[in-house]
Amino acid sequence: MLFDFESMRTVTQVFMFLLAGLSLATVIGWVLSLQNKQKNYTELKQRINSWWIMIGIFGLALLMGPLVTVLLFAMLSFIALKEYFSMTPTRLVDRKVLFWAYLTIPLQYYWIATGWYGMFIIFIPVYAFLFIPFRMVLAGDTKNYLRAVGNIHWGLMLTVFTLSHLAYLVMLPSEGEYQSLTMSGDGAALLLYLVMLTQLNDVAQYVWGKLMGTTPIAPTISPNKTREGLIGGVITTGVLAMILAGLLTPMIWWQGLLVGLGIGIAGFIGDVSLSAIKRDIGIKDSGQLIPGHGGILDRLDSLTFTAPLFFHVMRYFYF
Amino acid sequence: MMKYINLALRWLFFALIIKPIVKIVIGLRYQNQPILPQDGPALLIANHNSHLDTMVLISLLPLKILHKVQPVAAADYFLKNKFMAWFTLNIIGILPIERQGKDKTVNPIEQCAKALDSGKILIFFPEGSRGEPEKMTDLKYGVVKLAERCPKVPLYPIYMHGLGKTLPKGDALFVPFFCDVVFSEPMTYENSQESFYGEVKKRFANMQDSVKLPKWD
Repeated sequence: MLFDFESMRTVTQVFMFLLAGLSLATVIGWVLSLQNKQKNYTELKQRINSWWIMIGIFGLALLMGPLVTVLLFAMLSFIALKEYFSMTPTRLVDRKVLFWAYLTIPLQYYWIATGWYGMFIIFIPVYAFLFIPFRMVLAGDTKNYLRAVGNIHWGLMLTVFTLSHLAYLVMLPSEGEYQSLTMSGDGAALLLYLVMLTQLNDVAQYVWGKLMGTTPIAPTISPNKTREGLIGGVITTGVLAMILAGLLTPMIWWQGLLVGLGIGIAGFIGDVSLSAIKRDIGIKDSGQLIPGHGGILDRLDSLTFTAPLFFHVMRYFYF
Repeated sequence: MMKYINLALRWLFFALIIKPIVKIVIGLRYQNQPILPQDGPALLIANHNSHLDTMVLISLLPLKILHKVQPVAAADYFLKNKFMAWFTLNIIGILPIERQGKDKTVNPIEQCAKALDSGKILIFFPEGSRGEPEKMTDLKYGVVKLAERCPKVPLYPIYMHGLGKTLPKGDALFVPFFCDVVFSEPMTYENSQESFYGEVKKRFANMQDSVKLPKWD
């Protein structure tokens, strides 16, 4: 159903808070650039503008129901995989294999839209991961074969398998109801909880790092990441998760705190694992789709680790 | 009458099919601020790796000047059969030229110059044919001769990376990769043929260097 405000009351309320926070950030951005004319705040402003657009798209998709949300994440997976293949070295002989890799996206999201959990959970790590090396054997070129298999597998893992867990979250029904593509259940709130905390965790780690960061935590991978930033971010995320748990999830406060701390740590790992890829290739950003942020992978990197972990914790304990 | 129907078909083809494919399925990444002509006459020169090059270059320009845009293309290749000829002449809007050596009575440079004189925006691939995916071959002298013949027309060098992977020569399977586009300041002919040739070559080398992305193994 379009714009089902009633069943989405808490989601809408939390969104209002988010928009209020973003408005505040926008005003602060204006004030800063007016007060301090010498310094250049273009990137900060670009970042905030991009947040408006990203939150707008995400919010609309959530309100319009699970089908639209699933389609949105399918599109995000496609752009992310394209970005991944465009930045990593691939072999000319594997062009057809890459085509098959793209084809996993509509299939994977089809399993999600039909609620076929068993297929959703094994399709990429079993069928796709076995089929792709087989298809590459058919191509017959063994030079750099292992490296190419690893490259394509990790790309599918990062951009299709892990991100599709976000879409499956939105399919989770409310208690006593059936899975449906038109009615949002409790899954929509869980999705909002996870995405919001993961993104806020990124911001919090950045801000804490800027404010008091001194000890580098991964100097060879991401020199700007500090132990203080990580700890401050994880605690901030834990506290926020604790506050929001009662509103958006079936968890009680201390469970929310634990999950929030987990999201903080997993988000950090997702972030540095993409940084490692970029450092290996020798680029700074994965792309430039989102002004002020870089590519789409730069924005989704933390979610690649938090999404499957959060999904399985929720599924194991509550659904 | 037929002319207007074809013009309308061409507009629809680019507005509804090509632009969405180029912008959404392929995806363009501008490496710097776009530098493009707002009106004719102008000459876009670009590296050539794929049939998609022409589609991307036309998509870069606003639709309202589409009727002035003409990609320069080899007559023997694109006018092979009747349907292909209708499609390339009317929908893609090519300016068919005879490749050098085939027919001495028509001068391809003069054909292009006439189109520029009438205010057209020509798309010109100085390398000639498409060549190996993602590799630039040496520029030919045609672009220099054309620039010398039309010294007032600005040349807009554009470098594209990625389309040779998306749709290489001799392959019909479309596999999306982002297309990185680099723009360069417009240039006009000056001094001698040799020095201008060197200047164009240098521009392309600089643009190529600014894209630091993986090549094919």
